[in-house]
Formats: sequence, structure tokens, C-alpha cells
Amino acid sequence: MEKIFSHPKSLRNVSTHYCAGCGHGIVHRLIAEIVDELNIRERVIGVAPVGCAVIAYDYWDFDCSESAHGRALAVATGIKRVRPENIVFTYQGDGDLAAIGTNETIHTANRGENITAIFINNAVYGMTGGQMAPTTLLGQKTATTPLGREIKFHGYPLKISEMLALLPAVKYIERVSLHSPQEIIKTKQAIKLAFQNQIDNIGFSLVEVLSPCPTYWDMPPKKALDWIKEVMTKEFPLGKIK
Amino acid sequence: MSKKVLMTGNEAIAEGAIQAGCRFYAGYPITPQNELPAYMAKRMPEVEGVFIQAESELAAINMVFGASAAGARAMTSSSSPGISLKQEGISYIAGAELPAVIVNVMRGGPGLGNIWPAQSDYFQATRSGGHGDYHSIVLAPSCVQEAYELMFLAFDLADKYRNPAIILGDGMLGQMMEPIFVPRSSFLVPREENKRTTNHEPRTTKKWALTGCKGRRPNIIKSFYMVEGDLEKFNLTLQKKYKTIQQKEERYGSLFLDDARIILVAYGSMARMAKSALNQLRKKGKKVGLIRPITLWPFPRKAFTYNLSPKTCYLVIEMSYGQMLEDVKLTVNGKARVEFLGRSGGGIPTEEEIIKKVISYRL
Repeated sequence: MEKIFSHPKSLRNVSTHYCAGCGHGIVHRLIAEIVDELNIRERVIGVAPVGCAVIAYDYWDFDCSESAHGRALAVATGIKRVRPENIVFTYQGDGDLAAIGTNETIHTANRGENITAIFINNAVYGMTGGQMAPTTLLGQKTATTPLGREIKFHGYPLKISEMLALLPAVKYIERVSLHSPQEIIKTKQAIKLAFQNQIDNIGFSLVEVLSPCPTYWDMPPKKALDWIKEVMTKEFPLGKIK
Repeated sequence: MSKKVLMTGNEAIAEGAIQAGCRFYAGYPITPQNELPAYMAKRMPEVEGVFIQAESELAAINMVFGASAAGARAMTSSSSPGISLKQEGISYIAGAELPAVIVNVMRGGPGLGNIWPAQSDYFQATRSGGHGDYHSIVLAPSCVQEAYELMFLAFDLADKYRNPAIILGDGMLGQMMEPIFVPRSSFLVPREENKRTTNHEPRTTKKWALTGCKGRRPNIIKSFYMVEGDLEKFNLTLQKKYKTIQQKEERYGSLFLDDARIILVAYGSMARMAKSALNQLRKKGKKVGLIRPITLWPFPRKAFTYNLSPKTCYLVIEMSYGQMLEDVKLTVNGKARVEFLGRSGGGIPTEEEIIKKVISYRL
């Protein structure tokens, strides 16, 4: 009998701290599977964010670094420039990549660093208790928008992926989702391509993953997935952006 | 086979770093240290190193974090306001026990201040300007030759202790041009020789570095300890490290401690001016000595053991309103007299002011 499914080598066999229905567990696993399939476990270096995934390095089984909040892409730049033969990726939330880290995000992309950025967009700040994120939707209630996000005070949800697509040195951007098994398969394909681009020396690649946060959306896990499908994708359309 | 070269302090620091094996530099322009990144932009490609003009001082220190985590000798430079931006990054470097060199060419402050020299960042450098209980090793060159030479020590100490090391210079030192002796026959170091000129082969001798987990368990670079009790345990190991550094790495220069009644205490450019004043006072028959701390952290307490008595007066002279003064007072601990002469905001105590002050003590 052929073994067709097993625990990825690049994922430690431990339980995670993530909430029931959180998307992090899925994407951690996808990355581990991709690292195994591309046979890059001994070359890859991951950069963890500040956010719920701050201890992602306790879940993956390859070389990893932490980073200060928002600075993962600067840290990754330092690593990749010193070790261009390694495969360097960042894994960041919406605060890390599109609020405090926006400057590093734009400039790392503009320099065309040959690295892979995985952007987990769950429209809220999970680790710190559900505050507004740059990607929070209009009307969405959060700890710092108790009456719902308003244009007048908070502006519009930020489309960082569309903004980065304007930069000529950016080679690949795709927005994907976790709201169904079919979408998860597409997510894996996109992330795999983003890693393959680095292996092939093509250039900066970013995958934005719409991910559920049942706890701070105040929804049960299944409803959270539906909310992504029915509401979030209207604001953040899925598909290849560049 | 020495070579005599005319260089500014900024350039000498850069060249010293390169010859010490620095192969990664990230920085952002800020006066009065702009010659340093410009020199690195030209020189790093010659030694197949990495030069990045980062989008901010903040980005630069985090790039240094990454480069250091990957095993390279990495460095950044800035001046006072830019160093303020780097404080979080330095705290992370200390907490992750990474080696890194940070050069601060101090200027007048606070705020935007001006571009004249100052020594107003002593507290920031020696009291760990970022958050947390940590210490950076702080070295204070006082002439261009020393600025060049201390780079070797900075990188060696940073690697030895897995700690950030700060070079605390000032705008005068950065901008002044002096002939220095460079113990290399040529500045264009050929590629093969690169690998032999450094104590550590830049990227591969660090067992803890992120190089890809081939043939070993994965390495993790982090400063985060959430399990109850772990952070305290980790901090105790840091404290132990700092005690070792304090026991072993104090460095200072001194003059005439054997007969001095008044001892000038100054560092960096201020020490050179103090030395000029000392020479003039000695000619007048005044028993004046000098202590010139080279390591500001660890503060060279040993230098003060020779003259500790109520008859001695230490005159601390700084381009600040009394920062190193506090360390002198702590060290002396009431056993001798401590006086202070300082100017800041770009103002610099002059030889005349120093001489006048010393004479006024009538010792």
C-alpha cells in the first residue's frame, strides 16, 4: 500500500496555540508541505512576525528568526543579501505588513528583493485583542472601532497588494482565501509558485491570504469562513493581481 | 607593511570595519556621518560585501539584525536622531544575542538639534537606550587612528560575547581628516586575501547562525520567552555575560596619574582638547593628569583606583550637561572630589575654559 498522506517533515508534531477555526494552522501546514515538496527544508529560512504567529518558529522545523513588529521584510532582506542561495520568506499579519511595516514592505518590494512574503489578512489584530487593522472593513466593529469603521475617522480598508503591484520590481502578487477546501488548494498553489519564483531567481513575490479570525469577528468558525466568502472577497477580490 | 593614508574619521571607521571583516552595511544618510555610507557604497562591492541604503534608520538596524542572524559581520551607522530610531532594534539584537556594530557620530540635540559635535548620547549608549535590562559594549575613539583601530575590537568583542557594540564618536571626529597608519599594503584587498584577513570567516563559523538546517537541528533566533520563568532565567544569563565583560574588557588611557592632584576625565574628541589643556597646565607646573575612558561600557572603574583620596579632584569634561559625570560619581563614591565642566547643543568646552577652571581650584 502506498502512503499518500503524512505529517510534513517541516512541521513539528506539536499542538498549536491557535484558536479553533483560525487560519494560521492551515497556512503553516501548507508552507511545511511546500518546503518538503520543493525539497528546500535545509535551505529555507523563515522570518516570523509579531502577532498571533509570533511563535511560528516553534511549529516549523527549519531555521527561523523572529523580527520586531513590522520589520520582517527588513530582516529578510538582511538574511537574503548575505545568503542569496538560501530561500528566505516572511510570514506576516495585516498589522505587521500593512500598518507598522508598510515602509519596509514597499521598499523591500521596490528593491525587488528575491524573497517570498506570505501576508495573512484577517481584517483585525488578533494577538492584542481584536483592534482595527488597516484591512478592517467599513462598518466592522473592533476593539478600537466599537461603532464600526468609518471613512471619516479611519479611512478605507487598505489594498496593499494592489499598491505593490504598481512597482516594476514586484514579480508576482496573488490574493487567495481559506474559506473552502477548493480555495485552500488554490492557496497552496499560489504559495508554492511564490517559493518557486525565489528558487528560479525571478524576484519579489507576495501571496495575500484571506484568513478567518472567529474569536475577534465574534462568529463561530463556519460562519467566519462564510463571512470571508460572502463579505471579505467583495472588498478584497481573489485572484492574480500581478 | 604599513601605509600612511589621509582620511576623515567617518571614512577611517568604514575602512576599519571592512578590514575587520564587516561584509554587510545598511544605513541612511544623516549629517555628520554621510561620508561613512558613501565610502561603504564604494568599498563594499570591492570586497564582495553588501551595501544597502535603507529606507530609514529603523529599516537599517533590522537589516543588520537579519544579516547578523545569517552569520555575517554586520554594521550600521547614524547620528543622534537616527540612533534614537534604532533603539528598538538594538534591544532586539541584545535580546537575541546577536553580534552587531552600531556607529553613532553624535551631534547636537535634543530633537533635530544641529550638526555640530556633541556628547549628549552617552546615557543613551551606556544605559541601554532601548527597552529592557541589557548593555551594549560602548567604545569611544578620540582620534582618526583610534577610530580605525577600534573597529577591529568592536567586531571581535561583538562576536565574542554575541552582543551589540556601539562606537560613540562625534561630528568633529567624523569630519576631521588626519593621516593614519593602516597595516595593510593596499586598500584593494584581493578576494582570496579577504578570507585570511579576518579572525572569523565572515559567514560560516557561527554555530548558532541561520544558514539553512543542513546536517543539524534547526536554529532559532529569538528574544521571546513566554513560558513562565523562562525570561527571568534568560535575563540572568545576560547579566552573567555583562559581569564577565565588566571584569575583562575595561579599557582606558591615562596620563600622569602617579603625581596628579587634579585629574581630567574626558573621552573622544573632548579628551584630545583636555590633553592640550593638560600640556599647557603641566608647563605651568600644575599637577594635572588625565583619564581617558576608551570603553564607556564597561566603564573603566579600574582607572580610578590609583588616586582615590579626598586630596584628589576629578574634573569631568564633556560636550554635555553631565552624563559620564554620573558614572564618575558612582565610581568615586564620595571618596574624592568630583567637579564638572560641560557645554552642549553644539557648544564645545575650550582649552582656555578648561585651564581657567583648573586654575580656579587652586590645588
